[in-house]
Amino acid sequence: MSEVKEVEEHEILKKVDPAPWKDVPLVLNNRDYKWVTDKVCGIVESKTPTWWWWCFITALCIASFTGMGLVYLVSTGVGVWGNNNPVNWGWAIVNFVFWIGIGHAGTLISAVLCLLKQKWRTSINRASEAMTVFAVLCAGIFPLFHVGRVWFAWWLFPIPNANAIWPQFRSPLEWDVFAVSTYATVSILFWYMGMIPDMAVLRDRATETWRKYFYGFFAMGWRNANNHWRNFEMAYLLLAGLSTPLVLSVHTIVSFDFAVANLPGWHTTIFPPYFVAGAIFSGFGMVLTLLLPVRAVFGLRDLITQKHIDNMCMITLATGSLVGYAYAMEFFIAWYGANSYEGFAFINRAFGNYWWSYWIMVSCNVICPQLFWFKKIRQNTPLVWIISIFVNVGMWFERFVIANTTLSRDFLPSSWGYYSPTVVDIFTFFGTFGFFSVLFLLFLRFLPLMPMCEVKSVMPQADPHADH
Amino acid sequence: MSDIMDIKYAAAATFSSAKELYDAAGKVKEKGYSNWECFSPIPVHGLDAQMGYARSKVPRFTLAGGVTGFFTGMLIVWFMNEFDYPLIVGGKPYFSPIYPFPVFYELTILFAAFGTLFGMFFLNRLPRHNHPVFEHPDFGRTGDDKFMIVIEVEDPKYDDEETVSFLQEVGGQSVQIIREPIV
Repeated sequence: MSEVKEVEEHEILKKVDPAPWKDVPLVLNNRDYKWVTDKVCGIVESKTPTWWWWCFITALCIASFTGMGLVYLVSTGVGVWGNNNPVNWGWAIVNFVFWIGIGHAGTLISAVLCLLKQKWRTSINRASEAMTVFAVLCAGIFPLFHVGRVWFAWWLFPIPNANAIWPQFRSPLEWDVFAVSTYATVSILFWYMGMIPDMAVLRDRATETWRKYFYGFFAMGWRNANNHWRNFEMAYLLLAGLSTPLVLSVHTIVSFDFAVANLPGWHTTIFPPYFVAGAIFSGFGMVLTLLLPVRAVFGLRDLITQKHIDNMCMITLATGSLVGYAYAMEFFIAWYGANSYEGFAFINRAFGNYWWSYWIMVSCNVICPQLFWFKKIRQNTPLVWIISIFVNVGMWFERFVIANTTLSRDFLPSSWGYYSPTVVDIFTFFGTFGFFSVLFLLFLRFLPLMPMCEVKSVMPQADPHADH
Repeated sequence: MSDIMDIKYAAAATFSSAKELYDAAGKVKEKGYSNWECFSPIPVHGLDAQMGYARSKVPRFTLAGGVTGFFTGMLIVWFMNEFDYPLIVGGKPYFSPIYPFPVFYELTILFAAFGTLFGMFFLNRLPRHNHPVFEHPDFGRTGDDKFMIVIEVEDPKYDDEETVSFLQEVGGQSVQIIREPIV
């Protein structure tokens, strides 16, 4: 029976002419290994470009806004921020969740896409991981200074103090301390470990003494030996495996900050997956915002190809739609749950005192990314970049909507209030973009922007069974 | 004493593609050498099996780290909220393995990640900032686009002439002896 069927299938196969699968190469123009090494190392080894200095100085000036805002806050008191009853969290939590969310795409690219064997991740993962680390640093500023007396912030950690009181582990805010500090640490470890072989390449190419010492120190004596690679690959895979549940847990725990509270609009089980999807969405938005200019400035079109941009756009589209679904589902459950407070919270979100923020959020997060359905738009790099900015803006507003609409109008109208940020709030947040840019520019200047060994591994020359 | 002396470390041959390295490695293994190593700019797929390497032992360190992290988390919470300074929160038990689970979870991952990184360093015997193989003039190219096989003098089968000619036979280019200077 089966033999007869096989023959039949064979006959059919003879008649049809299957379309050949066109595998788009990940590195264009048949580049060789030497080209990749020279390109990536060349960025670090060449003379500092003038534009870099201009960007760096501008970024430093912007970063000083955060510095001044924080100095003013510490010397005066946390009251210089606009948060007060009933909105006690204000911009601090919004900015914290915004920056933490940005970081998530880096871990997604480096860890989740590694486990899923998505080879296109290789040319963008280093810069995205750098983005993760820097975004988490920016995020940390806000809860740290929101505690008011920042010199006691170490009480958050389980360290013995003069009051002989320990942290209270039932609090989601304490879980946050563990989640975010673990996330920062593991992201740095993963980022650093991936850089070791590239540091060794830079060390071996270095001519100046300081470079030999700098890269030599961080390369730890890496020798490109197969025994090294064997343990390295295993460690890389394990770190990817560890980072995947980590990244999912971090934004889950961040969402617990809200979901564990008994407030209408916050107390919902949809929060963890909805926050994680939103985080990945905003993170990819930021990856596009950062990498498209980097690609243009350093001429990396052969390494970050249209395929990479397409894929990133499609992930943005998918997660943006997921977020849109979550918005709709929240409304549905508010109605279906028949709780009048919950119902009010959502009507208030869309049509209440912060209606404008809700509609900015919906247009940036749900409507804007739908443009990525069209190939023409994905191929229009400047337009992709503009949409990515909208994604960043939308996701900031999402956190603003969640945190503020609920707090400003909860159960009793007598305790309602309207929250506005002060100029200190605005300056401090604005400055974090400068702080982030300073770190990212330093990264571009001194560290290998792409994992050369990984990019080379996905080139056809890496195949030990092919003739090249 | 101004003389710089050196000792012989190994014979090295370079190759220009992953395929050449892979095929040559199989022959070196077949010949019965034991103290030898391949160098490549990328982790060459399948080379471990070709060289007869077993699976990496890094996962053991990861597991040890993870288990330590989980129990450290439990110990911290139990000690702090039940033993040393019992905290009443909402009239609930001082300690339970459920409510602080996020803490155990994060510490499991944190310690496992440190275990992985340090396990990798330990198994690779790093940091080691000096190594005789760095004396090879083309060593830097192994991070760029060259592949290399190095057979150490310590190998019982090593013989100056024989090993060099063997490396040439298997396709090695610019076969040379690496010498480690002793000042």
